[in-house]
Amino acid sequence: MFDYETLRVIWWAILAFLVCGFTVMDGFDLGIGMLLPFLGKTDDERRVMLNTVGPTWEGNQTWLVTLGGISFGAWSLVYATVFSGLYTGMLVLLFGLFLRPVGFDYRSKLPDPRWRSSWDWALFLGGLVPSVVLSLAVGNVILGLPFQLDNELRSLYIGSFWDLFNPFSLLCVVVGVSLLCLHGAVFLHWRTEAELAERARRVIVWSGLAFVLSFIAAGFWLAYGQDGYLITSAIDPNASVSPLAKTVTKSAGLWLNNYSIYPALVLAPSIALFGVLLVIFCSIKRYVGTAFVVSSLVVICTLMTAGGSMFPFILPSSIHPASSLTVWDASASRYTLQLLFFATVVFMPIVMAYTTWVYCVMRGKVTVKDIQDNQHILY
Amino acid sequence: MITNEVVELSRLQFALTALYHFLFVPLTLGLSFLLAIMESVYVMSGREIYKDMTRFWGKLFGINFAMGVTTGITMEFQFGTNWAYYSHYVGDIFGLPLAIEGMMAFFLESTFVGVFFFGWDKLTKMQHLTTTWLLALGTSLSALWILIANGWMQHPVGAEFNYDTMRMELISFSELFFNPVAQVKFVHTVAAGYVTGSMFVLGISGYYLLNNKDVAFARRSFRIASGFGLAAVLSVIVLGDESGYTTGEVQRAKLAAIEAEWETEEAPASFTLFGFPDEDTMTTHYAIKVPYVMGLIATRSIDQKVDGIKEIRERKHHRITNGMIAYENLQLLRQDKTNQAAKSAFEAHKDDLGHGLLLKKYTENVVDATPEQIDAAVHDAIPRVAPMFWTFRGMVLCGFTMLFIFAASFYFNAKRTAHKQRWLLRLAFYGIPLPWIASELGWVVAEYGRQPWTIANILPTHLSTSSVEPGQLYLSLAGFFVFYTVLLIIEMYLMLKYVRLGPSSLHTGRYHHEQEGLSHV
Repeated sequence: MFDYETLRVIWWAILAFLVCGFTVMDGFDLGIGMLLPFLGKTDDERRVMLNTVGPTWEGNQTWLVTLGGISFGAWSLVYATVFSGLYTGMLVLLFGLFLRPVGFDYRSKLPDPRWRSSWDWALFLGGLVPSVVLSLAVGNVILGLPFQLDNELRSLYIGSFWDLFNPFSLLCVVVGVSLLCLHGAVFLHWRTEAELAERARRVIVWSGLAFVLSFIAAGFWLAYGQDGYLITSAIDPNASVSPLAKTVTKSAGLWLNNYSIYPALVLAPSIALFGVLLVIFCSIKRYVGTAFVVSSLVVICTLMTAGGSMFPFILPSSIHPASSLTVWDASASRYTLQLLFFATVVFMPIVMAYTTWVYCVMRGKVTVKDIQDNQHILY
Repeated sequence: MITNEVVELSRLQFALTALYHFLFVPLTLGLSFLLAIMESVYVMSGREIYKDMTRFWGKLFGINFAMGVTTGITMEFQFGTNWAYYSHYVGDIFGLPLAIEGMMAFFLESTFVGVFFFGWDKLTKMQHLTTTWLLALGTSLSALWILIANGWMQHPVGAEFNYDTMRMELISFSELFFNPVAQVKFVHTVAAGYVTGSMFVLGISGYYLLNNKDVAFARRSFRIASGFGLAAVLSVIVLGDESGYTTGEVQRAKLAAIEAEWETEEAPASFTLFGFPDEDTMTTHYAIKVPYVMGLIATRSIDQKVDGIKEIRERKHHRITNGMIAYENLQLLRQDKTNQAAKSAFEAHKDDLGHGLLLKKYTENVVDATPEQIDAAVHDAIPRVAPMFWTFRGMVLCGFTMLFIFAASFYFNAKRTAHKQRWLLRLAFYGIPLPWIASELGWVVAEYGRQPWTIANILPTHLSTSSVEPGQLYLSLAGFFVFYTVLLIIEMYLMLKYVRLGPSSLHTGRYHHEQEGLSHV
C-alpha cells in the first residue's frame, strides 16, 4: 500500500504521537506527584490531589509502556541503543516508576500517618525521578549519544552515567521539570477547589515563567553553542540498509537547518512560548478547562521543537556520526511497519475513545468532602 | 567483547525479575475472571452479597495488581537495557506482538482497572459489569500477545535473515500468530493463572470457614472458586504444555531433557516416573518407568518416536559444521554483495547460521573452530538434564495435588457439605502456595530448557546481551534486590492484613469484625 519511504515517515510521526501522548497524559500525573508534599497541607488535601488522577493515572502511564513496545517493534535499533547505552539512567527511571503503582494503591489503605507520609514522599520521587531522567535523556539525545555500531550492528556505548549531567542537558531538566509542574498544576487548578486550587494557580505562574526562560535559553544554546548533525551522503529512503552505509557531518547550528527547509516548523517553538503566557492568563481569569487544553498544546509543541529540529535523525552519535540512527536506516522492515501501522490505526482510536469515556465518567472536581465520605474506597 | 560474566549476570537478572514478576501475573489473570463471574452473579441475582464479594476480592486484586504493574515495566525495559543485541537482531518480529500487546491489552486493563475501583457509584450495574469483563479480557489478551512473542522464541517461524540489516525480519504474520507452540502455551499459561486465582479464593475462604467467620460470604466464594478452579486445573493438565514439545527441534531437546531420555526409544516411549539422571554416564539410576505414557503425552499417538539426547546431539554436530559455512559466506557477502558464489553458499546453509554462532562462545571468528570447540558447542546444545527433570516433576506433582483439592471441593460442594469438611478446608488453605510453585517451576522448564538459545536455533544466549560492564550489572542487581525485597514485604504485610480483616474491610456494617466492634481500618 505505502512505499517504504512513506511508511518510515508515518512511523516517525507515530513515534512523535506516542511521545506527545505520554507527556500530555502522564505529564500531569508526574507533575502532581512532584507537587504532592508541597501543595497538600493536610492528609485530606493530599488525598484530593491523588484522587484527581486516581482512576486514570494507570491508563496514562500505559502510553509509556506502549511507547516502549512500539519502539521495540518499529525502531528496534533505537530502542536497543537508548536503553542499553543509558543503562544506569534507565534503571534509575525504572526504580522511580516502581514507586507509583504501589504508592497510589497502598498509601491510603492504612491510617497510620507515618505510613502515609512515607508514601507521599515515595510518590514525590515517583514524579520527580522520571521527569528528571527523561528530560536528561532528551537533552543528551539532542547533543548526540556517545555510541558506535560495530560491523555486526552491535551498539557500543562509551560514556558513564555522570557524563549525562552536562550543562545543556541540565538546562533541559529545568525545561522538562518546570513544564510538567506547570501541566500538573493546571490540571489541579481545574479539578480541585478552594485553597488547594489557589495554591495550584500560584505554581502555574512560577513554573510557567521558569519554563519560558529556560526554553529560550536552551533554544539559543542549541542555535549557537551546540553541534547539530546532517546527512552528507545520498540516501535512498526506500532501501533496506544498515545505518553504517551513510556519512554524517556534525557542526554548530545544523539543528536549525530544518527551519529553513520547512519554515512552518517555527510554529512549534512559538506556540510553546506564547502558549505558556496564554495558560497563565487563562488561569488568572479562571478559564481552567481552556488552560488545560493550551497547556497540553504547549507540551506537544515543546517536544515537536526538539523532534522537528532533529528530523530525520532519531538518535545521533556524537563519537561516530555515521553510526547515527535516522528515519531512513533504523526502522523495522517494510512488512512489519505495515502490520504495525494497521494495528495502530485500528487500536489507538479505540483506546482514545474509551479513555475519553472514562474521563467523562470521572469528571468533576474532587473535594475534601468526597474524601471524607468515601474514606475506605478512594486512594 | 562480551564476557561470560556479563552473560551470566544478565541471565541471572532476567531470571530473577521474570520469576518475581510471575508471582503477581497468574493471580491477576485468575482473579480478574473470578471478579467478573462474581459480579455477573450479582447483576443477575441482584443479591448484595455478591457485590460485596466482588469488592472484597477486588481489594486483594488491587494490592496484587499494583505489584504486577510495577514489576511488569521492568520486563519491557530489560530487553533494551540488558539484551540490546537480541532486541536489534529479532526486534522486527519479537517487538511486533509486544507493540500490539500495549495497544490492544495494556490500555484496556489499565484504563478499566481505575473504573472498576472508582466507578461503582458512577455507572449503571451493566456498565460496571462490562468494565469488569473488559478488565479480565485485557489481562488475558495481554497473556496472548506475550506468549506469541515467547512462543516465537521457542519455535521461530515466519522469519528470515536479512544480511543488509544484519537481523531477522518477519515474512509471515499468520505463521507468527498461529505458531502451534504459542497457541499451546497460551492455553496452558492462562489456565494456570485461572487455577492460581481459584486456589487463592478457595484457600482464603477455607480459612474463614475454619474460623467460622463470615460463613455465608465464604461459602459462596468457596463454591465459585471450586467450580472455576476444577475446570481450569483440568485444562492445565489435559491441554498441558507438553503437547507442544514435539514441534520444533529445541522443543524436542527440552522434552528429551525433561524425560532424561538418553537414547531414542521405540514408539510409544515410556515415561520415567522417577529416577536419578546422571549426565556424565548418560544413564538414569533407579528409573521407574511407565510404558506408553510418554509417547501418548508428547506425541498424542502410539507410533511416533520421541527423540533421545544422543540422537539430537548427532544432528547438532552436523548443523554446527553447516553453520560455519553459512557464517564464512556471510562475511564474504557483506564485503562484496555481488559475490554470487558466496550468496548461493550462504542461501544453502543459512538455516544453520545460528548453529555457527554457537561457536562464538569459543572463537570470535567461528570458521577457525577446532574439533574440540565444535564438540563443546555440541555439548552445550542440550540443556542440563537434572534441573529439567526435577523441576518438571515438581510442577506436575503440584498440578495433581491441586486437581485433587479442586475435585474434592467440587464434590463436597455438590453435596452441600464442603464447609463441614475441616480436613479439606485445611488442605485448601495450606495448598495456597501450590499454584505459585507450579508456575515458577513451569517457567524454569520452559525458559531454562530453551538454553543455549534466546531464539531457538537462531540466536545463542551469549550473543544476545548488551555491551555493558559487569559493574553496571552488579549495581542493577543490587537495586532490584533492595527494591523487590522491600516491596514484597510491604505487599505481603498489606495482603495479610486485609485477608485477616476479610469483608469487614468494606465497612458495610454487615461483617464479622464490625459486629464485634473490632474494626480499626
